[in-house]
Amino acid sequence: MTLPDRILLAHGAGGRKTRELIEELLLPSLSNEFLATLSDAAVMPPLPEGRPALTTDGFVVDPPLFPGGDLGYLSVCGTVNDLSVAGAEPLWLTWSLILEEGLETSLLRTCLEGAVRAAREAGVRIVAGDTKVVPKGKGDRLFITTAGLGVVPPGRDLGDHRVLPGDVILATGPLGDHGATIMASRHGMSGAALRSDCAPLNGLIAALLASGAEVHSLHDPTRGGALVTCHEVSARTGLRMVLEETHLPVRAEVAALCQLLGLAPVAMPCEGRALIWLKESDAPLAIEALQSHPLGRGACAIGRAEAPRKDRSPVAMRTPTGEERPLDLRAGADLPRIC
Amino acid sequence: MIAQEPFRDPRLLDALFAAIRSEAALLGRRSSFMEVCGTHTHAIAEAGLRRRLAPQVRLISGPGCPVCVTPVEYLDRAIALGRLPGVRLATFGDLFRVPSSRGSLETAAAEGLRVEVVYSPRDALALASAHPEERVVFLAVGFETTAPAIAATLAEADRLGMRNFYVLSGHKVVPPPLRLLASDPGLALDGLLLPGHVSVLTGWGIFEFLATEFGLPSAVVGFTPADILLGVLELVRQRRKGEARVTNLYGRAVRREENAEARRLMGRYFTPVDSEWRGMGVIPESGLALRPEWAERDAGLWPVTVPEPMEPAGCRCGEVLKGAISPPECPLFAAACDPDSPVGACMVSSEGTCAAWYRHERYRGEAAP
Repeated sequence: MTLPDRILLAHGAGGRKTRELIEELLLPSLSNEFLATLSDAAVMPPLPEGRPALTTDGFVVDPPLFPGGDLGYLSVCGTVNDLSVAGAEPLWLTWSLILEEGLETSLLRTCLEGAVRAAREAGVRIVAGDTKVVPKGKGDRLFITTAGLGVVPPGRDLGDHRVLPGDVILATGPLGDHGATIMASRHGMSGAALRSDCAPLNGLIAALLASGAEVHSLHDPTRGGALVTCHEVSARTGLRMVLEETHLPVRAEVAALCQLLGLAPVAMPCEGRALIWLKESDAPLAIEALQSHPLGRGACAIGRAEAPRKDRSPVAMRTPTGEERPLDLRAGADLPRIC
Repeated sequence: MIAQEPFRDPRLLDALFAAIRSEAALLGRRSSFMEVCGTHTHAIAEAGLRRRLAPQVRLISGPGCPVCVTPVEYLDRAIALGRLPGVRLATFGDLFRVPSSRGSLETAAAEGLRVEVVYSPRDALALASAHPEERVVFLAVGFETTAPAIAATLAEADRLGMRNFYVLSGHKVVPPPLRLLASDPGLALDGLLLPGHVSVLTGWGIFEFLATEFGLPSAVVGFTPADILLGVLELVRQRRKGEARVTNLYGRAVRREENAEARRLMGRYFTPVDSEWRGMGVIPESGLALRPEWAERDAGLWPVTVPEPMEPAGCRCGEVLKGAISPPECPLFAAACDPDSPVGACMVSSEGTCAAWYRHERYRGEAAP
């Protein structure tokens, strides 16, 4: 192994050093017949029958290593999940790196291994990639950009256009684990109890859809958490989303951290959870299917879609006293508070 | 694995509401209770307790948000200090968007003012360490809950021999304004819910004057809906029995005695001074200034020109803070003033009364109870 401990500008210059980085680090891990050709474009076999689904995403999480995952693992999960909640079966990904000069090679290796592990878990392949190095100070260690291609099988139609008043909203597990873990890591508070929920969801969603439950729409509550997702669905459907505070699955550690920092668990991002809108009478069937999958053990109903009301907020929380309070879409991030 | 706090159990809450209703029926008069902690204000609004308690019990919010009671002049001075060459400000997030006489720290930052939002005064110390060529001024606003942390940070700065860390103290203490509110004939309070967090530091004994001097029932309570309802029940019960004392219902955190270590640290660095509260004027011995022997840390002593303070036009924060009006009675509420473009401080901080009403009680479709 001739790679130095830290990434040099020369590793992105396209010459011998670039080749060393690719051949010694990237190729052996990512190895597959499409990538191995190192040609300008990966030429793939014909797509299975259905409608192609294409997504792209950028990953800039600070810190790049966190309990329960790393930036590489997250990048593949995030891309797979975006395809999965659209009803697509994910197939192929691209993986593009922007490295900051001086980045520890070991950190890159960890993220690479994370990406490979996620791809294996999800059963997808990384078929094309790119590496650039920017001068020190022009980036923050490691940025990853992906694209993902999948196929929506014939006859499957999921989306907010299908959401109806009376639909039940399910969560596939506790909310906010990822966001709380990242916040805690940033503030030097990480303990064994907090762990990102980061995971590829395509297997779980396949199990859900195979149950035969009449699923209308799926979302992964990433940035802005369930709160932003509910607002988006409300805006697209014109319906109200009413969550039940007593049903909201939030781990005690996450609730405590949110209380400490003055944040709302419902607004904390998840990277391995889905929210599901489905026909009310099929909720027990769906919950049973989700709970029999390792990633859906904590699945439960958290609220429902209701007909709009002029005098009420588009997204609301029913409190334990039976009262209802509006859940606003905040323009900016919540500000940390004093006491 | 899943957090389902027993203190939020709807059956428990229903039982508490029922107990309060029957006590209140025996009392036969309406009660007005004030909470004087911003976290209580927020918790009451979030759980929707106010409407379920009306009309027998009226909950009024007091001056419990440290950012809200900080006068405009403090922010004007902070911004003036931040404009001095080589100065970097560090602040808690609450203060960042509060309007000063002209703009806020947020808008000043967009114009080039160096200001960082920190979660802890220790982060401000780290900033000072990372920028030895600068003078880092921490905007120290808060009650008894934050003052010991500031004092501990000053002690740390001394231990490390760091000379470029300064404090602009806007600290306040809770008991003096309670004395004013307790005797305010306009408010005619029947009892107080005492601040749980502050009491952890001060001990509940410090509030006994409410009973002995003013004959007011009071209760130290925690922050879950059940804690707060239990406090309301206790206050109604004391009234019904014609009693007045401090009851500690937050025994899992609060004792009668103060936290001696916190008190020692605070006493080492701070001294009580008369202090201005927004809406309430100057209250004797209600503020904490750095002691004279720490003058070299006191950015409040630096000569800067501060503009004539101007409260935002039309803003009725002052009356909201005293409990004289509830937020919807201000014509700006949810019209010209909301959390994204706040006119007054009470709409900025999550502890602020206006922000709590806006966020949680805006869609009730009826007048304030």
